[in-house]
Amino acid sequence: MREWINSLGIKALNFFIYIGGIFNLMVSTVFQALIPPFRKKEWVIQMYKIGVMSFPIVFLVAFFTGMVLALQSAYQLTKMNAQMYISSLVALSMLRELGPVLTALVIAGRVGASITAELGTMKVSEQIDALRTLAANPVKYLVVPRFLALCIMLPLLTIYADFIGIIGGYMIGVYKLLIGSTIYWKMTFDTLAFKDIFTGLFKSFIFAVIICVVACYEGFVTEGGAEGVGKATTRSVVISFILVIAADCLFTALFYFIFP
Amino acid sequence: MASFKAMIEIINLSKSFARSKVLDSLNLIINSGEIIVIIGRSGCGKSVLLKHIIGLMRPDTGQVIVDGNDMTRLEEHEMDKIRLSFGMLFQGAALFDSMTVGENVGFTLREHTDTPEKDIQKKVATSLELVGLKGIEKLMPAELSGGMKKRVGLARAICNNPKIILYDEPTTGLDPIMADAINELIVDLNNKLKVTSIVVTHDMVSAFKIADRIAMLYKGKIITIGTPDNIKGTKDPIVKQFITGAAKGPITEDA
Repeated sequence: MREWINSLGIKALNFFIYIGGIFNLMVSTVFQALIPPFRKKEWVIQMYKIGVMSFPIVFLVAFFTGMVLALQSAYQLTKMNAQMYISSLVALSMLRELGPVLTALVIAGRVGASITAELGTMKVSEQIDALRTLAANPVKYLVVPRFLALCIMLPLLTIYADFIGIIGGYMIGVYKLLIGSTIYWKMTFDTLAFKDIFTGLFKSFIFAVIICVVACYEGFVTEGGAEGVGKATTRSVVISFILVIAADCLFTALFYFIFP
Repeated sequence: MASFKAMIEIINLSKSFARSKVLDSLNLIINSGEIIVIIGRSGCGKSVLLKHIIGLMRPDTGQVIVDGNDMTRLEEHEMDKIRLSFGMLFQGAALFDSMTVGENVGFTLREHTDTPEKDIQKKVATSLELVGLKGIEKLMPAELSGGMKKRVGLARAICNNPKIILYDEPTTGLDPIMADAINELIVDLNNKLKVTSIVVTHDMVSAFKIADRIAMLYKGKIITIGTPDNIKGTKDPIVKQFITGAAKGPITEDA
């Protein structure tokens, strides 16, 4: 019994150390991002790696999701003779929920993993220590460019995913379910309000912060060679997924009460 | 040779990890301009000691005084100024593998000075020439052999004219000829650049060849310190066992 309480205590302690570490890294990242010198070149490189290179996979995921959404809702709505609402349903689900969340999960897998693997390898090969001995702050040098790039590119990718998802729904709605093209577009845009776009993008900004800070933190605390890098990468993706979903739930609930 | 002014003073330094006490009230004075070699078994805390000197690790208790500054009391950004007077060669060279050799060597000059690009390139070329690797600026670290990486690491360490150079096992994992070339390089740099060198190694051939003084780290303390001749003629059974490399003696597996 005593051992059991002990181990529970250690787990709780480690949990708080982890949360503390994440929070600490986030604060120092924001602080370092605000003071010069600004590394614009590195920032642009990261925007390209993180953002531009992710467009194809986001396209595929969003396009198929939009198509599936249209088909699945048609299954129910045709029974009630309400096919024309398919377009509103696709647009609202993409903008408010699926666009931000699916894009964040794809990016956590594609970009979060690669950030952790890269920084983790640098940690175990002493490159991060080397940076410090050369009087370069690892947070400023490594985390800040990735952080800024993600915070800008993830909302952009989300807008792109929203749009592509709607196109996917349009393909099914117009060419398979034979809804008129004009009415499809009209029903799409008539239902959308500013808050739908805003809440989606706000969430995706929060997801960007989560993905970047978790990935960088896991990279920085990596230990134990190639095996350690593998473990850290897995943990980074799993924790990002959990936190993204949890944050999504929290903010969706919050917005539900703020913008009824 | 050594002028007897203390460059680095380590006072009662202690550091523990999880269960084991790695450094236990360690005291050591390093003189300006000398080459001091710290010997000891693998995993006895030699690298940990080096990392405390340059402020990569914080001690549990004790002080490290470098040129009058107490490294243990400084904030990270204050330490950066002092770190620019250091050069450190890591065990695995720790070159940044996303950069070319030239970018690696010129890193501090590009980051921390307003030196014009032309002068940086000149300085990089001289540093590489000092370590015997002329004209490889354009290569990536992945294209280099182990010995070349270490020498590039050394070029990076000396590029901003440091006052103190730290070497973490400079000859480990190299063939004997390359190891000797590195030894000569260390002595050479010490004479040419008038730096203080701290070398951590368990390679006794190298230690006897380059050291002004040798210190042995055992169970978290410096148990002996002296010139190479002193050390060779030691009566201390622990030191004797270590320098002769005998499996039997007072040093046991668990120590």
